[in-house]
Amino acid sequence: MALIELSGIERRFLLGDTTVHALAGLNLQIEAGEYVAVMGPSGSGKSTLLNLLGLLDRPNVGTYKLEGRDVTTLSPDEQATVRSTRIGFVFQSFHLVPRLTAAENIALPMTLAGIPLAERNLRVTQALKDFGLDQRADHKPDQLSGGQRQRVAIARATIMQPALILADEPTGNLDRHTGEEVVNLLEALNGKGVTLVVVTHDQAMGARARRQLVMEDGRLKADSGAADISNLAEISG
Amino acid sequence: MRLTDTLRFARDAATGYPMRTTLSVLAMSIGVAAVVILTALGDGARRYVVGQFSSLGTNLIIVLPGRSGTGGFNPANAITSTPRDLTIDDAGSLRRLPGARRVAPLAVGTSEINYGGKLREVMVAGSTAEFIPIRNFELAQGQGLPEEDWNRGSSVAVIGAKIREEMFGANPAIGQLVRVGDRRLRVIGVLKSTGQGLGMNTDELVIVPVSLAQAMFNSNTLFRIMIEANSRDAIPGTKDRVMETIKQRHRGEEDITVITQDAVLATFDKLLGALTLAVAGIAAISLAVAGILVMNVMLVAVTQRTGEIGLLKALGATARTIRLAFLAEAAMLSAVGALVGYLLGQLGAFTLRQFFPVFPAYPPDWAVIAGLSTALATGLIFGVMPARRAARLDPVQALMKH
Ligand SMILES: Nc1ncnc2c1ncn2[C@@H]1O[C@H](COP(=O)(O)OP(=O)(O)O)[C@@H](O)[C@H]1O
Ligand SMILES: [Mg+2]
Repeated sequence: MALIELSGIERRFLLGDTTVHALAGLNLQIEAGEYVAVMGPSGSGKSTLLNLLGLLDRPNVGTYKLEGRDVTTLSPDEQATVRSTRIGFVFQSFHLVPRLTAAENIALPMTLAGIPLAERNLRVTQALKDFGLDQRADHKPDQLSGGQRQRVAIARATIMQPALILADEPTGNLDRHTGEEVVNLLEALNGKGVTLVVVTHDQAMGARARRQLVMEDGRLKADSGAADISNLAEISG
Repeated sequence: MRLTDTLRFARDAATGYPMRTTLSVLAMSIGVAAVVILTALGDGARRYVVGQFSSLGTNLIIVLPGRSGTGGFNPANAITSTPRDLTIDDAGSLRRLPGARRVAPLAVGTSEINYGGKLREVMVAGSTAEFIPIRNFELAQGQGLPEEDWNRGSSVAVIGAKIREEMFGANPAIGQLVRVGDRRLRVIGVLKSTGQGLGMNTDELVIVPVSLAQAMFNSNTLFRIMIEANSRDAIPGTKDRVMETIKQRHRGEEDITVITQDAVLATFDKLLGALTLAVAGIAAISLAVAGILVMNVMLVAVTQRTGEIGLLKALGATARTIRLAFLAEAAMLSAVGALVGYLLGQLGAFTLRQFFPVFPAYPPDWAVIAGLSTALATGLIFGVMPARRAARLDPVQALMKH
């Protein structure tokens, strides 16, 4: 059973009188543990695809099965629970809450999920250590560098131990060096079995993924994984 | 999200934007403070008047010469010339009336008091032994007027505190002979000092037997007859019997006015109570305005924090969680505002009492409770709309607004 199974997905937006097909005729399977890079020109539907995968958006047509369950028909609250427990987001602009400290930002998904404070503190302490942020626990986001902010964001995305991490241009606001660090962190997570889907403009970074999807006008133009089955066997095996 | 976490999240959000938080807390506190201070003023006025009336005596029925058109209280009756005078015998006829506990005639005038070469003008009240208990006067020294035949008063006087002070200074006053007008009177009692009130100032008063006063002023009319009813319930019946008795004595003519302090008091009480309520209502409008302000502040907060709301949704927050967080924030703003306003109001009332000690400017409990709960309720009600708007935001759209 694939972790992600999209079939016949269509996502349309109405812009004035014209309909934009942000996604059209999309069929896609992603196995658990895969490392997928989504590439393609601006406006090709990469973010729309990622939002859909993260249950932040619903398709107009088609079904999305996550871990074998049709999640398109879930109620908003059920979708929120799936987001809370199974999915972690990393954004280009970090999206940290400015008034909360690094530790509080990392704990936020657990706070929202109603996990007791003691448990939260335990996990946050570990995460701060794992991501090299022990000295930054009480710093507000504006006291952190870009790389540190994205590390906080990644720590936050992983704190609920999700099966799937979705990163939309996570290095877009970082210089090459810190971007490299962030990618290493994400790849390390993938190495521990977390499924990783990264949207990127950067050819070199995309090439590091074991599978590349290339989007164009809302359609899947190329899928390296679909052709290379052995690659897949290597990951899941 | 846990309740404590929701509250902490709301608190951090509120303190994270000090400007708008201060603004809404201020608006709410001004509303509550207005309710507290204005009702303290209104209720203070009511208490002051009621207190002053009560100091005239309890369960008092007063007979005035002259007929009043409406039967109600009309100060003009006090000065209009009357067809038939009230006499000591009129007063005496009321003594055994059912429901009347005490009766005292009252004749008043001004005269001079003279002792040891010291002379001053005084107010003279001619009455009987029961005058002092009816009016709730208290004696500092000696005793009141003796029980005796009302028409043959003995040559004695009870003097006010200030007169004693001026005439006798440090020397004993009781037993001394003073000259009042053309009479030599023995001082048998000194009244306690009362200060200025709604009734007469007893400090400069000399009380003498009523027949003596009439002789002094060369008249046989009374200024008032005062009757103390047995109880509050006995007042109406006694009032009717008083009216009937005097009418019979005056050959069937209703040429007197009988007022009860009770009726006057009730009128003032009602009037000032209504005033307090009206004032509280006006102040409550400022609370509603504050509620609308809190709503606007929260709507601004939702707009300001759209990106954050999108993030919370991405992190797995349910609509309910977001609604509660924003509602808690609105509730917190109004709760703190209400508390600050309550303290400000009490401080204001306290200051008023410091400057005007005779004026009991205490806010009534009902006003405090109503003010506080209105503040909390408006804060919550006006917080619902922004909270729902926040919870309904589309996460993708919201995330783009960062
Ligand atoms: N909320 C929206 N309303 C209207 N059009 C949208 C919306 N979101 C995306 N689009 C359109 O859908 C297309 C795909 O957008 P997007 O997925 O953001 O592209 P990418 O991330 O690849 O740059 C674009 O043409 C974009 O203008
Ligand atoms: Mg994009």
